[in-house]
Amino acid sequence: MAHWLDLTWMAWTWQTATFFLVIFALLCAMTIWEWASPGGGPRHGILGLDTTRGDRLFISLLGSAFIHLGWLGLTDMPLWGGTILSLICAYAVFRWV
Amino acid sequence: MTKTWNNRAWFLVLPVLLLVAFNAIIPLMTVVNYSVQETFGNNLFFFEGVKWYEDVLTSERFHDSLFRQFLFTGIILLIEVPLGVAIALTMPRSGPWVSVCLVLMALPLLIPWNVVGAMWNIMALPDIGLLGYGLNALGIPYNFTRQPISAWFTVVLMDVWHWTSLVVLLAYAGLRSIPEAYYQAAKIDGASRWSVFRYIQLPKMNRVLTIAVLLRFMDSFMIYTEPFVLTGGGPGNATTFLSIDLVKAALGEFNLGIAAAMSIIYFLMTLLVSWIFYTLMTRGDEQ
Repeated sequence: MAHWLDLTWMAWTWQTATFFLVIFALLCAMTIWEWASPGGGPRHGILGLDTTRGDRLFISLLGSAFIHLGWLGLTDMPLWGGTILSLICAYAVFRWV
Repeated sequence: MTKTWNNRAWFLVLPVLLLVAFNAIIPLMTVVNYSVQETFGNNLFFFEGVKWYEDVLTSERFHDSLFRQFLFTGIILLIEVPLGVAIALTMPRSGPWVSVCLVLMALPLLIPWNVVGAMWNIMALPDIGLLGYGLNALGIPYNFTRQPISAWFTVVLMDVWHWTSLVVLLAYAGLRSIPEAYYQAAKIDGASRWSVFRYIQLPKMNRVLTIAVLLRFMDSFMIYTEPFVLTGGGPGNATTFLSIDLVKAALGEFNLGIAAAMSIIYFLMTLLVSWIFYTLMTRGDEQ
């Protein structure tokens, strides 16, 4: 029982823990944003989609995942490049999509 | 009268959130953790970073099984959706035969997936199976355990037999929801059978067909049990789809890191396509 509770079976590393903490922090930030400015900020963006803030975060996260996969599969450059590109894309999504 | 907003109602959702956390989120987090580490068992792990992702994304084996997966999904969607709509159009709209047709259509959906695989395995055996023996007796060389084409033919046929009913039932539900007045108006205008289908039935089935395509895409993209029981991924790797390859890597070769990285990529692809379909469906609603 103690082994189950200490979560070692989940094979945690500090890198993956940081990754999940960032996701969790983003969700918390979105909750606070919604609390401060209710309604989700709906908008008809340049892709012709009606999106809320939550949709934009989802598109940014999914897009980031594919940008990182593409970066790993198609280039030999450090992964930071993919992360920077993802941040630029996320900014664009939140600004215009 | 003003509406009362009570945010405490969200607490009622907590049990569902806990359930989802335990059966989806925590296992998914564990897979992410595995995908960046190497293990030789005994709960010992060694951090490898994104090495497994690089290996998977540049591996010919992964590309091949992904190609087979997309090919299979494409083929069955191209067959099942038009065939399902065609069958639904021929089904009676009223009368006692409606129930008979619906029960007959629902039967394949009630059979467990491994039983479907076993049934078709027996039926396709070249020496004693009805399908295998029959085709060979007609002079068509058929052996699904040796010929990749025969194996693909059998797997596709099995899936079409098993799942076209779902498309039929959804399309039939869409057809039944069309008010009789539309047909009467078309009759007054002297519309042909094709025009009725093109301008009344198809647009009205749009929504259910999108759901049908989404469900069939997701199911066929994640198909495992039926082809595994039928062909085991063979002959060679001819019917080794992504899910079968994943299980081979995880359980057959105990490459947990590579299997976990494959799982995440597989999950992201399914998520992307599901999101595209969801967006299309909700856009349809808005229009």
